[in-house]
Amino acid sequence: MSERRNVASATQAEVEDFLYREAALLDAWQLDEWLALTTADCSYYVPPNDKLEADHRSTLFTIADNHTRLIERVKRLKDPSAHAEYPPSRTRRLISNVRITGGDGDTIDVAANFVVYRFRRDDDRREFVGHYRYKLRREDGALKIAERRAILDGEELGALGAVSFIL
Amino acid sequence: MNDRYVVEDRTRNTFSLSRETLVSPAVLEKESRAIFDTCWIYVGHASELARPGDFRTRQVAGRPVIFCRDKTGAIRALLNSCRHRGATVCREREGNARQFMCMYHGWTYETDGALKNVPGPEAYGAGFDKRRFGLVPVPRLEHYRDFYFACLDNAAPPLADYLAGAKEYIDLVVEQSPSGRMEIIAGVQEYDIKANWKLLVENSVDDYHLPTVHTTWLNYMKNAGVNVRPPKEEGLLLPSKGWGKDLGNGHLTTDNINFRGRPVARWISIYGEDAKADIEAIRRELVARLGEARAARIADTNRNLIVFPNLALNDGSSVTVRTFFPTAPDRMRVTAWCLGPAEETPAQRARRLDAFLTFYGPGGFATPDDVAALEAVQQGLAAWREVGWSDMSRGMTKPDSEQLNTDEGHMRVFWRRWSELMDRAG
Repeated sequence: MSERRNVASATQAEVEDFLYREAALLDAWQLDEWLALTTADCSYYVPPNDKLEADHRSTLFTIADNHTRLIERVKRLKDPSAHAEYPPSRTRRLISNVRITGGDGDTIDVAANFVVYRFRRDDDRREFVGHYRYKLRREDGALKIAERRAILDGEELGALGAVSFIL
Repeated sequence: MNDRYVVEDRTRNTFSLSRETLVSPAVLEKESRAIFDTCWIYVGHASELARPGDFRTRQVAGRPVIFCRDKTGAIRALLNSCRHRGATVCREREGNARQFMCMYHGWTYETDGALKNVPGPEAYGAGFDKRRFGLVPVPRLEHYRDFYFACLDNAAPPLADYLAGAKEYIDLVVEQSPSGRMEIIAGVQEYDIKANWKLLVENSVDDYHLPTVHTTWLNYMKNAGVNVRPPKEEGLLLPSKGWGKDLGNGHLTTDNINFRGRPVARWISIYGEDAKADIEAIRRELVARLGEARAARIADTNRNLIVFPNLALNDGSSVTVRTFFPTAPDRMRVTAWCLGPAEETPAQRARRLDAFLTFYGPGGFATPDDVAALEAVQQGLAAWREVGWSDMSRGMTKPDSEQLNTDEGHMRVFWRRWSELMDRAG
């Protein structure tokens, strides 16, 4: 663990570049490459629309994946039998208002706003609006995602239907 | 039963369903009168209103409702419409209130609905009697084991009679709590499906689709070490045997031997080795309280129950309470919660919630594919004038008592009742 100590600092430009690269991988459905950006203990959360600040251990989330389930989610999304995402949706992510909000020497806390447009044939355009909260950690010099929280602004999922791709 | 919506021939074992029932605005308008205005409709659960003054606002059969506990502790369902001009008097999702004040002109109501205060009362004449202007309660509100239902029809039978055989299956859920107190867990899932609401009734209990729609979920289970290979018995498509049952009055259920694990109380590898002893302890409590046979009935079976017309209690990977209303012929709004024993430990609660997300909900490993299937059906139904009928005859060659969960006998129960009520409405 000593290599992680006191190395968790990053410039604004480095963090922005990291988030933009991540968004590009997800929009291109390069999910294995995206998974390589996560730490071995990475978790991914989408809290419910009515309890944005809740704990997934006591509140029903939309998504609460540990790394094992995240790997399974990527397997699923690559399978043509994942009907909700086959053929894969076209998505376009706009990431902005990126801020380094804190850190403890081991992790860097990052917040960013997002709009994810999602298109499918014979379907309306769906706009997922919200903000991300990341915990980034440096491994072998590179930033990695230790925690990723996508918090939607809508009062309910409503017309967005499902969160079937990686938000 | 007339042949307008459903055509059944018991000698030829055919059962056809008019696709008009799934696309027509006229059918939707008629079913809001014939179905939603006459049946007992789920409103909420007592656990959502822990303290006097607690309230939840929600839509029930298209009506805005305040589901609340008044200051004496009584549970109420008040129509959320000011007696003055009609505005909703409570506009928050949930909270605790001493009173409800209309934001338009300030009429104020007690939590039992009584009109408490009107600004400028001197401008009203002698004919204005405040006692006559309380918030109007739903005509009838009754409950079974903390599940509250409203009925808009004063001529309807009591809830306990209406529920018929569904009560036994609600009991199997409630008895998972040592004290008989189940609770709705925080965090609601509200999402739309672009499909007719009746398709979700079918889908909730249709196990025929499991191998095709939920391939990726079965793979996830298999990768986690769960045995998902169907047993070597002729005709079985699923990892375990199950049945589809008629519970009377249009209610129906699947009743399956469990293979997918249960928080109460059947361990699977996905819960982790750490959980094994705890699951065994939960099981021992069940046996001590209810006896070996009843404990096995609860812990070793999964049951997806439909309370006619629009409440699903899916007791599978976890327990979900799911209700849904049409917003258009080709659209519904789904509201789903997770239900668990009130006395669960933090670790048990976390396990239940995690198990829920393996399958259920808009981010689960299965529900999004169900949604995709229903939306594909609805898109195909646009050809209803040329392709007028759907087939629902699977399993009809066997007696009612032998209908499997992968047959369609239980779905036919819903459609017969639906058709009967629609016919009755003329």
